[in-house]
Amino acid sequence: MAKANEIKYLTAIKADNRPKKYCRFKKMGIRYIDYKDADFLKKFLNEQGKLLPRRLTGNSLKFQRKVSEAVKKARQMAILPYVTDLLK
Amino acid sequence: MGINNFLNFKTGKMSNYELMVIFTPVLSEDEFKAAQKKYETLVVENGGSVTHTKPWGLKSLAYPIAKKTTGLYWVMEYSAPTSFNEKLKIQLLRDESAMRHMFTVLDKYAVEYNDRKRSGVQHFSSEKAGV
Repeated sequence: MAKANEIKYLTAIKADNRPKKYCRFKKMGIRYIDYKDADFLKKFLNEQGKLLPRRLTGNSLKFQRKVSEAVKKARQMAILPYVTDLLK
Repeated sequence: MGINNFLNFKTGKMSNYELMVIFTPVLSEDEFKAAQKKYETLVVENGGSVTHTKPWGLKSLAYPIAKKTTGLYWVMEYSAPTSFNEKLKIQLLRDESAMRHMFTVLDKYAVEYNDRKRSGVQHFSSEKAGV
């Protein structure tokens, strides 16, 4: 049974080529992130209202910082919740 | 522009700001308008100018503030001397009807964004930058 797992390859098998991540702000030329636009900011949050990491969103550091500032501003003004369940 | 230059000289650098205030939902329509008017005149009196104001009206809050679940939102864009915000802050903190407020410094991109949004062009971020 376990034999299928024991097969060793000399060269690593190529995993499926997923498209390269990119920073959508750089690509679309968006320079300002509005803290008032809750629906837009929700794209960068998970179900609990936590910020998604750069590794998932592909944002550049510059814009990830701006996103996080915008989200934090929105939270202060009760546009977005600090903690929640089932945000989306 | 002569007066503006004079004021710049007198009061320091001018900057663009955005103020967002959440008023208590118990305000009547007239009281809400009066409160807006009060802060607008305060900006003008202190050598600033109001670019745009927008009352969002009654909106439900993401979490309760001062045991209220709704609030009257109001957004004002203005340019004023940098020293003015402290004065405005004191007024807002004294004001019982203002539950919460926030200042945002607008950079040139933010001003551009706001102008475009106001002129009715849908900001492309919401459309194109889908996940």
